[in-house]
Amino acid sequence: MESEQIVKLNEVCVTYDDLVVLEGVNLSVHQNDFLGIMGPNGGGKTTLLKLILGLVHPRTGEVKVFGTAPEKARKFVGYVPQHSRFDFDFPVSVEEVVLMGRYRHSGLFKRYDGTDREITQGALKTVGMWELGRRQIGKLSRGQQQRVLLARALVSEPQLLILDEPTASVDARMQTGFYELLGELKHKMTIILVSHDVGAVSVHVDKIACLNRRLFYHNSKEITAEELMKTYQCPVEMIAHGVPHRVLKKHEGND
Amino acid sequence: MELLQFDFMRNALIAGILASVVCGIIGPYVVVNRIVFISGGISHAAFGGIGLGYLLGINPIWGAVFFSLASAFSIGGVSRWTGLRQDTAVGIMWAIGMALGVIFVGLTPGYAPDLFSYLFGNILTVPFSDVVAMMILAAIIILLVSLLYKELLAFSFDEEFAVVAGVPVDKLYFLLLCLIALTVVVLIRIVGIILVIALLTIPAAISARFTHNLKRMMILSVLLGMVFTFCGLWLSAVLNLASGATIILVAGTAFLLSLLFKAEQVQTSKA
Repeated sequence: MESEQIVKLNEVCVTYDDLVVLEGVNLSVHQNDFLGIMGPNGGGKTTLLKLILGLVHPRTGEVKVFGTAPEKARKFVGYVPQHSRFDFDFPVSVEEVVLMGRYRHSGLFKRYDGTDREITQGALKTVGMWELGRRQIGKLSRGQQQRVLLARALVSEPQLLILDEPTASVDARMQTGFYELLGELKHKMTIILVSHDVGAVSVHVDKIACLNRRLFYHNSKEITAEELMKTYQCPVEMIAHGVPHRVLKKHEGND
Repeated sequence: MELLQFDFMRNALIAGILASVVCGIIGPYVVVNRIVFISGGISHAAFGGIGLGYLLGINPIWGAVFFSLASAFSIGGVSRWTGLRQDTAVGIMWAIGMALGVIFVGLTPGYAPDLFSYLFGNILTVPFSDVVAMMILAAIIILLVSLLYKELLAFSFDEEFAVVAGVPVDKLYFLLLCLIALTVVVLIRIVGIILVIALLTIPAAISARFTHNLKRMMILSVLLGMVFTFCGLWLSAVLNLASGATIILVAGTAFLLSLLFKAEQVQTSKA
């Protein structure tokens, strides 16, 4: 049974001025996939997500999300941006941040209504942050802030969830909790996340792609050592179903 | 207070209240969006409009409205659609606006009355017609901010997410710059172009130390602005000092004093 195609990239190339960021990228993501995209920093991971969100446009090639242009598909997409971009001194409460995700359901000039607030409370419960709704966003720990940003993406009731480095600089226990949460969500929606941390991600996702300007992806969780090497440009160990492996550089002349 | 019996004093008080209200509403946006420098550029560019007003023989306030809006659109356009550095563009606009003002005033035959009051403000010379113009501008600002509060909040906190969530971010950015431009015009009469930045930033900066809610920050800023303008006005009358500068010094002193109080500590999670 062929499931519905959610994201389709066809020979996509992205350049910033003269710098080629992505080259010849092909990708299809199907309904209820849980795809982890890994690769070194500067490998184009965030750019790939921004293509899917319609925030970056390809120089050549084609991007289709839910069979249409990315800008038009945004209403089906929930986005959890990279944590490092935020000013957490901002005078805003946890609840106000999550309500922002309801914007499309509310609309210009209107105020958020009872339904918006109910859904917000529900999402805060889902991510376990319900009691902290009145706190200023800067007064939470990094892992808690990440959960709030996830709740903000969830209240738009997305069919596709996109996460950019969701567990960077979050401690190991919070990380595991966060991935367990995504593991529950994957039954309801398609999930794409990017991370530079091969070890953490490979355990939890169902499919893995490797990205370093070019994308290596075979619609499965198996990647050959050769592909990982091409991605990270260093020897790494093989990754297989459910077996956590770390990227380990072989020392020259060790054997 | 027998000072209140004078018409000019009554106008000054109304002008002070209006200035405090608009600064208290727009100032927090300027502070949290870190666009203090842009606001400085817009206010200085407005001087070109004041000069043009003198040259054409119209109320310089309308010249300032035109110039500050034009500079707001230029700065917005440069930062959105060109690769130019925004702060460089602001600096250039700042200088050109001031230079045009000087040339226009120079070309105006005869002596330019009140020119000094546009630069440094003189709340005591505010005529009633300007008070009316300020009321209209203040009403526009209050109406727009109350209609677009949630949009401006989403845009200010996380612009990229706001785009994805469907908030018309580009339009809001230009709107915010225009609101700043209008605020600057309201303030020029009170504290003058040079000191506009102080009334936009100081009340908001003090409020930010004591609350973490944007609405409460606005209310507190409005109240602080009123206290500063009234105290400054009274001190300037008693000590026979320039009113605009005295208001700013009162605000500045209050800011320094606020640093002594322990602010509600924000746990910043810097990795």
